[in-house]
This record gives sequence, C-alpha cells and structure tokens, in this order.
Amino acid sequence: MNFKNFKIDLSNKNKDLIPQILTVLFIVLVIIYFTINAQNNMGNRGISFGFGFLTQESSFDITFSLIDYDGSHSYAKAFLVGLLNTILVSVIGIFFATILGVTVGISRLSQNYLISKAAEWYVEIFRNIPLILQIFFWYFAALRALPLTIDSINFYDISFLNVKGWYVPRFVWTNFSLFAYSLIVAIVLIIFTSKYAKKQRDEFGKQIPVLYISLGILFGLPFLTFLIGGVSLSFQIPELTQLSKTIYVYQGGVTIIPELISLALALSMYTATFIAENVRAGILGVNKGQKEAAASIGLTKGQILKLVVMPQALRIIIPPTTNQYLNLTKNSSLAAAIAYPDIVLVFAGTALMQTGRAIEIISITMLTYLSLSLSISVFMNWYNKKMAIKEK
Amino acid sequence: MKINLIKPNKENLNTFVTIGSIIILVGFFDFLANTFLGVNFTGFLPAGLSYFTPIILGVVGLHLIRIEFSGNRLLDKINTNFNSSNFNAFLSLLVIFVLIKYIPALLNWFIFDADFAGNTKQDCTSGGACWVFVKVWLNRFVYGMYPDTEQWRINTAFLMLFALVGASFFASVKVKKYLLIFLLFVYPIIGLKLISGGDFGLEYIETGAWGGLSLTFIVSAFALILCFPIGMFLALGRRSNLPAIRYSSIGFIELWRGVPLITVLFMSAVMFPMFLPDGTYVDKLIRVLVAITLFEAAYMAEVIRGGLQALPKGQYEAAKSLGMGYWRMHFLIVLPQALKLVIPGIANTFLALVKDTPLIFVVGLLELAGMVNLAKTNPEWLGMAMEGYVFAGLVFWVVCYAMSRYSQNLEKKLSTER
Repeated sequence: MNFKNFKIDLSNKNKDLIPQILTVLFIVLVIIYFTINAQNNMGNRGISFGFGFLTQESSFDITFSLIDYDGSHSYAKAFLVGLLNTILVSVIGIFFATILGVTVGISRLSQNYLISKAAEWYVEIFRNIPLILQIFFWYFAALRALPLTIDSINFYDISFLNVKGWYVPRFVWTNFSLFAYSLIVAIVLIIFTSKYAKKQRDEFGKQIPVLYISLGILFGLPFLTFLIGGVSLSFQIPELTQLSKTIYVYQGGVTIIPELISLALALSMYTATFIAENVRAGILGVNKGQKEAAASIGLTKGQILKLVVMPQALRIIIPPTTNQYLNLTKNSSLAAAIAYPDIVLVFAGTALMQTGRAIEIISITMLTYLSLSLSISVFMNWYNKKMAIKEK
Repeated sequence: MKINLIKPNKENLNTFVTIGSIIILVGFFDFLANTFLGVNFTGFLPAGLSYFTPIILGVVGLHLIRIEFSGNRLLDKINTNFNSSNFNAFLSLLVIFVLIKYIPALLNWFIFDADFAGNTKQDCTSGGACWVFVKVWLNRFVYGMYPDTEQWRINTAFLMLFALVGASFFASVKVKKYLLIFLLFVYPIIGLKLISGGDFGLEYIETGAWGGLSLTFIVSAFALILCFPIGMFLALGRRSNLPAIRYSSIGFIELWRGVPLITVLFMSAVMFPMFLPDGTYVDKLIRVLVAITLFEAAYMAEVIRGGLQALPKGQYEAAKSLGMGYWRMHFLIVLPQALKLVIPGIANTFLALVKDTPLIFVVGLLELAGMVNLAKTNPEWLGMAMEGYVFAGLVFWVVCYAMSRYSQNLEKKLSTER
C-alpha cells in the first residue's frame, strides 16, 4: 500500500464522518436546549418533573366507561378508562370498516354497471370529505334529528333508539367463565383439526370437510355447556321509566352513547373507502392466467377463489389494510372533538387541564399511540416475511 | 307449441321478452304507486310478501328476458350489464328502487323545497334546507373573523397566487423556472405579509382573527410547500449509508407517523411552549404550521422512499459511472424518476393534508369546519347544523376531488410508458 492511497482512504472516511458528527451534535444540542428550558420553566412554576401524580385522586367523572370508575379513582385509572374507550371504538370501527370495505371493493369489480358505479361513487364521496366533518355531521346533524326519549324508535320492543343514545339488551350470564373456557377449547380444537386435515390432504390426498367440522365444534362445545354445565344466559331489556312529569329514561340494558355511534359510523365509513380500494387493487393484481391455469387443472370455482386467487390477493391486500387499521385507531383520537371520552379527551384534555403536567401527560399519550403503531408494524413485517413469495 | 318457462331460449325470444317486460313493468308500477301515491295494490298478500312484490316481480321478469346472444343489441346490453344472473338482477333492482325512493326526497330538501331568500332564520318556512344560513354566514365561512374592510388583502393575495400559477402554466420553460422560484420562495413572504399586515401602512391583524376557508387554504398551501423538501431530505436520509443520519431519519419518521395529528397539535399548543425560554411567544398559527408540516413531511418521506426503492439499481450505477457525486446523482437522475413513480402517493399525502386542516380547532383556530361549528351555536341560528356541514362537506369535496383528478391527469401526462 502506498502512501497516496492511504491518504485518499482517510479523506473518504472523514467525508463520511463529518456529516454524521454534525447531525448527532445538532440533535444533542437541541435536546439539551429544550431540557434546560423545560427545567427552568417548571422551576418557575414550582412543579417538578415526575409521574407521581398518576396515583393521585382524579376527582373528575367520565361519561362512558367500560370499567368501574368515578372521581375517587386515580389518574392512572382514568388513563385506563380512556385507553379502553379508544380500543373499543377502534375495534368496532375496524370490524365494520372491514365488512363494508370488502363489500364495496368487490362491488367495484362487479359486472353489474349499477353496482360498480354505486360503489365507485361511495368511495369518491366519502374519501374526499374530511373525517372530522363526517364525525360532526353524524353527531351534530344526523343523530340530533332522532326523536326524544318518549317517542323512541322501537326495534321489536327489545332495543330503542333516540337522541340520547341506543338502548340494547344486557346479557346476564351465569357461569360465564365455563362458557369462555369452552370457546377457547373449541378454537384450539379447530386449529388442530385444520392442521390434521392439511396433513391428510398433503400426504394422502384425502379431503376432509374442515369448514363443517369447525362450525360444529365452534357451536357444539359452547352449546354443551348450556345443557350440562349450568351456563345460562338471559337478557335484561331496557324499560322506559318515568323519573318526573316530563323526564323519561330507559333503565336496565346497555346504553350506547351517541358519541360512540357517530364516531364508529364516521370512522368505519371513511376507512371503508380506503379498504375498498385496497381490496380492488388486490383482486385486480392477481394475474388472469392464474385463474385460467387453476380452471384448466379442474378446480371448481370455489376452490379457485379459495386456493388460488385469495392467497395471492391477500398478499397484496393485507399490508395496506393493516395500515388503514392503524390509521383508524389513530383517527379515533378525533373523538376529542365531540367529547367521546377517549384517551386524548380524558387524559390529554381533562387530566392535563387539572394537573398542568403538560410534558408528562403528552408524552404518555404519544407513547401509547407510538407503541400501538410500532407493535402493529412489527406484526406487519412478520406477516410480510411469512407471506412473501418463496422463490427458489 | 310447448314453452318451458323456467329456461328462456332464443327460439321463443319474442314471447319471453314480452312476458318478461310486462312482469317487470307491473313490478315498477307497483313500486311507483307505493312510493308516490301511497297505494298498495298488493295489499291482499301477507305483509312480508306484499312489501317485496316489486323486487320479486322484477327478478322473475328479468329472469325471463335473460337470453344470451339474442341478436337484439339493447337486450344483450341490458343482460350483460345489469342482468347477468338472478343475484345481479336482484341487486340492480335494489339499487334502482333505492335511487327512485330517496333521490327525489334528497333533491327536494337540497333544492326544490329549500329557502334561499331572506336574512333571518324566520325566513326559512318551506321545510327544506335553509341556505339563508349559509348565505348570511358566507363572509365568516370564507374569511373568519378577519375585519370586513380589510378583506381585500386576502382576496389580493389569493388572486396573485392564481395569477402566478396560471402564468406558470402558459409561460415558456425559461420563464417558468423563475416564476416557480418566485412562487416558492418570494410569494409566501409577500402573501403572508399582505394578510398579516403591520408594515407599509397596513393594519396589523392577529392570526386569531384569521379563519374560514381562506385559513384552510393558507395552512394547506404553506404545509404543502414546506413538507415536500423536508420529506425529500428525510427519505434520502433514511436510505443513506451513514448510520447516524439513517437512524435519526428513521427515528424522526417513525415518531411522527406513530402518533395522531391531534396529539401533535396538542403538543404544539401546551407542551412546546415549555421547551422555549420563559417569555418567548411563538404565534399560534406558526406553531400549528410547523406541527402539520413536520407531521406530513414524515408521511411524504415514506412515499418518496417508495419511489427511490422502486427505481432500478442500474440508474444509480449508470449515474455513478458518469462520475456524478451523491447530490448530482440524486437531483439529476434519481429523484426526477422516483418522484414521477410516486405521484399518486404524493397526491394522496397532499389530500390527507388538506383533509387534516380542520383539526387546527384544537388550538382555537377556526377554519371552515370550525366556523360552521361556531355559527351553528349562535342563538339566532340554532338547528342549522345540517346545512352548515353539508355546505362545508361540499366545499371540501370539490377541492379534494379536483385535486385527485388533477393528480390522475398528471400521472398520465408524465407517464413515459408507451
């Protein structure tokens, strides 16, 4: 090695090092600057950084909670209530968005001119209106137009819809845990059956009707617990009671508050447009030759869809759809605009107002969402790797 | 002659089409009478059945006219597009009946029964939409709380923008370059100064008074212009060979992409002031603009990264073999091609940005949706929420739909595939 070459190597290394050092230096300086300022500011206001406030009594009520909560509980519990409410509305939204999205996506590919046009306009209309406006529309305009409690819309005398919310029967269980265990056992059994059936098919070419067996197990086992396990289920139907001369309320049963209804409606209708586009792209993305090849080796129409088209379409559909689920979860934070008590409203709103601990509370809230996003993206990467085409 | 009614065939084409059409017409007649005249001809049937007679008759009729390759062009067209199977026939009829039933009601509310004349809520008497509300509040919906006498400044700024954009469309390539530089670097300062005032004898108007549709456009335009270069550099940073730059870019992008915009805005409103020296005050609008810009830049970075990844490796190697350095390679060879690949993604990010602007209500800035919220709580205009949101929705829809159409055209225009 001569000296000249060595010199060039060194300068190249420097060329790489300088921008990196500058970047790191810049980030570190910004963080130090912010920390010093934050310490000064908090010192001036007489507060110190810390998460001790989480155990203090929150002393505010939350209108809608899945767990037992009132003002005497801690801020940590209020956070949990908010988090559960966020998860609740996200799960409901994801469920309906998937159903609606898949339906609309398939409809867009329909040969039927009217159906495909209707699906196309659904997508064009709901995708191009801001979600927040849709939430406002459902909450302030559409649901406010519902009748008052006294003349609620009656669904077969078991469920009632009015401006105060939607009243549905409450499930009253005895021995619920046995029922839950039986469900888990059923699911485990189904997994084993399908694995066994796959092995039989691969090794001996035997077809086992997995679907019917699974359905049988899924309904049969829990049903057995009703017969012999002492499990029973009854419904508590909401009833109209008169509190005073003009005030009526429905008691008993479960109340689904209008905030939840409008949020779930808007979230699922908005996200469904994106899922529909994903589904359409996925099905269009499967090569036509694949279907023809499958047909030529004698698979039936159902088998073609299940064994050839769907596995390939799902590979295209699932990654962007997971992203949409994630977006839906993040968008559920718009709940704050209509006072649905989700994590942003309860924690970053009310709790922050009461404690004044901006840095701690905002970081907890952001970290919650961040960990949610990161865990979903980790799952997505794993799934992508599993589903990737294995080339030889 | 025996005719098998279950299996329509070509031999008895006329018979089948006649019978089928008559049955369909009866179904439609029943439905129309039911909807518009309130008469139920099939009332003698059980309640559940009588409700579905139009659909049942329609499906039966459509079944009878489903004859492949009949030779009649109209019939073939109907059969392939609306009537390829019993299920499709059912769906077609359902859509048609739903449209017939609800479109007139919607149109009545929207136009025919709506009120346009007058100046107060009391002028709305006909039961349809009360567009008087929108008419009276239109000024606020467009300009927010901006003083009436100064609104020409907003108008001038936007007219200037349109003129510049228009001019850059028609100008020759040489002039276009300077126009674009002016538009991106000089115009924003002029426009902002014109609207905020404070110098040149213009009255200072604080950002709290800005609002309405003009604020929507101001916020989206600034965030749009600024998030693009930041996103580009972040995307390059994420693909850089230098670990420090790569990991800080990844961290930055994933941080913003992992949290909802509303928490970012909360952060800019309550947490960010804590990080500045005591007593410094950064204007609310600027804080919001920075927050939205950084947020959208992270999304933009991911979109551009997609384009960079999709570009064949040969392009990089060819550029390097010509002796180009990192920046020349990226700006002359890689980015022009990569950006073209991801025009739909860029357009989607821009669309998302425009649709996200209403969220600035969390810091107390009221753009169009926020102004509607304010107007509907005015004691003299209670109960006008529907009109307000429909109006705001229409405005947003037109803007976003136009943008998505434009991006599709651009994609086609720039496509080099033949």
